[in-house]
Amino acid sequence: MTLTAIIFAGILTYFTRMTMIALISRDMLGDKIKAVLEYVPSAVFPAIIFPGIFINDFGTFIEMNDPKIFGALVAVIVGYFSKNIIATISAGLVSYWFLIFVVFS
Amino acid sequence: MLTKKQLFTRGMLDISPHMLSVIPFGIICGAIGVELGFHPYLVYAMSFIIFGGASQIVFLQLLSGGASSLVAVASVGIINSRHLLYGAVLSEYLEKLSFIKKLLISYVVVDQGFAESNKFFKKNRNEEFLHYHLIGTGCTMWVCWQIATLSGIVLGSFVPEELGLKFAIPLTFIAIVVQDLKKLDHVIVMITCGLSSLLFFDAPFKSYIIISPIIALFVAALLLRLKK
Repeated sequence: MTLTAIIFAGILTYFTRMTMIALISRDMLGDKIKAVLEYVPSAVFPAIIFPGIFINDFGTFIEMNDPKIFGALVAVIVGYFSKNIIATISAGLVSYWFLIFVVFS
Repeated sequence: MLTKKQLFTRGMLDISPHMLSVIPFGIICGAIGVELGFHPYLVYAMSFIIFGGASQIVFLQLLSGGASSLVAVASVGIINSRHLLYGAVLSEYLEKLSFIKKLLISYVVVDQGFAESNKFFKKNRNEEFLHYHLIGTGCTMWVCWQIATLSGIVLGSFVPEELGLKFAIPLTFIAIVVQDLKKLDHVIVMITCGLSSLLFFDAPFKSYIIISPIIALFVAALLLRLKK
């Protein structure tokens, strides 16, 4: 039963990946749409970033002094200047750990 | 002109830093599945059949929380519908491929792979075998995801929960978009998306994940109009 559901979920997911690549030809999209599509990364990823920072495991908003906000800010600053992915992720994690293990403990 | 092998390797290298967050997240995903009481084979089958990080956790959490299979399947579809946008962007670069190749390559389109390959494509439009970069990012992600979720299933949550490693996921995406903070129009689009995602977080079927990008793209269209 669960396996059937997984297979359906998998087929559905595969269709989300395949539809625009295999079934739609680029000519079907006008120049205006192409210009808007330039913004896709900026329009999609914050929907993963913001809830990942501001909403906790129980689906409620975090306090404004939550260490995640600080960690994210450090990651933004380090990422902006270093242009390095590993530095960005590590800086965010380390500053977050510093707060939860050293400052708040 | 780069060879297929060079492009594939470049793709692997471009996505590998993200494994710093993907691998711990995969381990957590595998461990959560078993903890929720699902058979290890089913938990692993998801990594192979669905192959979509957060949607796998949501799927199992919904089922274990007593939701119907239909709700769980619909939620996975909605969470993953963002791939439609990735496909629309990538289609320009994959146009020349045969239908079969397009079908095969689609399986490995993932968030970080799309982001890094799209950056590479924009700078190297004239390469003949561009799609090998996407295969490189996608396959690296696939292999790491399978190994990570399997480790989580077999070893359980050997990553201490106190470390809060789920926080590495937003960080990985910060690393992807952070350079676009230099452009005001992108900043406006990002803030629109981010605030919408918080506003619509409780919308049914986790649909905030596609509602907010659509709102943000409307704002992008408005900005383009204003620019002219």
